[in-house]
Amino acid sequence: MKDWPLWEVFIRSQNGLAHKHVGSLHAADAKMAIENARDVYTRRNEGVSIWVVRAIDICASDPGEKEALFEPAKNKVYRHPTFYKVPGEVKNL
Amino acid sequence: MKKRGTRIANCGLISHSHSAARNPHSAFHLFDYLLRLGDSCLILSQRLGEWCGHGPVLEEDLALTNVALDLNGQAQLWLGYAAETEAKGRTEDQLAFLRDVREFRNLLLVEQENGDFAMTVTRQFYFDLWHCLLLKELLHSSDQRIRAISEKSLKEVQYHLRRSAGWVVRLGDGTEESHGRMQRAADELWQFTGEIFESDVVDEAMVQERIGPDPRKLQVAWLDCVKLTFAEATLALPEAGWMQRGSKCGIHTERLGYLLAEMQFQQRAYPGAQW
Repeated sequence: MKDWPLWEVFIRSQNGLAHKHVGSLHAADAKMAIENARDVYTRRNEGVSIWVVRAIDICASDPGEKEALFEPAKNKVYRHPTFYKVPGEVKNL
Repeated sequence: MKKRGTRIANCGLISHSHSAARNPHSAFHLFDYLLRLGDSCLILSQRLGEWCGHGPVLEEDLALTNVALDLNGQAQLWLGYAAETEAKGRTEDQLAFLRDVREFRNLLLVEQENGDFAMTVTRQFYFDLWHCLLLKELLHSSDQRIRAISEKSLKEVQYHLRRSAGWVVRLGDGTEESHGRMQRAADELWQFTGEIFESDVVDEAMVQERIGPDPRKLQVAWLDCVKLTFAEATLALPEAGWMQRGSKCGIHTERLGYLLAEMQFQQRAYPGAQW
């Protein structure tokens, strides 16, 4: 059992919302991973849908490249939609 | 035995609304039938609970105790209804914690020790399969309350069966070690699968009132499914041999006494204790 691969688990809490990463677990294959995810992560009524994906299949950005990747977005405040005047007639925005 | 005598003597006094239309004799049978349903769930739940903190992996530890909790909930429903049927002021908790070995009606199969993981898995598979078949029959019971409890339970039990059957195949068709252990467990526990399909006076009364099925009726489907699953798991079907029996009249293997000693300790030592 120590050879079981690691799986990342994503749960959708209710219809219409996106699947959200909730944690990881070990399982021999996809079927067992889904069942284990059900038993480990949905005990308190958390979900209506489960995705599992082998952790090894996830490509991640390199933390060392954080500055090159994300710094440039920091001084571009104009990309946030905060410079518009919302007309008083518009409700529920 | 003295207690049982009192129960028989008093059953003529039953005047609960659910049983008002029935004659006292059949209310007594119904009580016994509900104990059988509830006790098997309760005792297996207790056994599975023993795995808590000892599961082979964290995921399985949680899964086993999830099943234990499902069964505990079902036991509560069955024993709650049993207590009402008996109408002697006892609660489901009193039925669970204050009865002695001879008054328990659970299958011999479920009181067997956890053993290794193969034993736990095989015991679960034999039980889940029967449990699932029985609950499907009970969906058509003439008793509304039994239909309702069965409907709720079946959703849980179908998942239990999916899990235990899955493990039988994985471990049976696994390594040489796991295959050997599974075959040993399948053979060892086989002797407790005979009484499950026996019919007695209580079962006959249930059939007559269309409350429950004839236990013998479930055997063919059960055996077919065991054969299919074992074939996939490359396990040999155990040979027919001596079958243990007795749980329907309260005669158990010695293991149940030890289990009850642990399960009932608190209520025996501190009567009425609550949290």
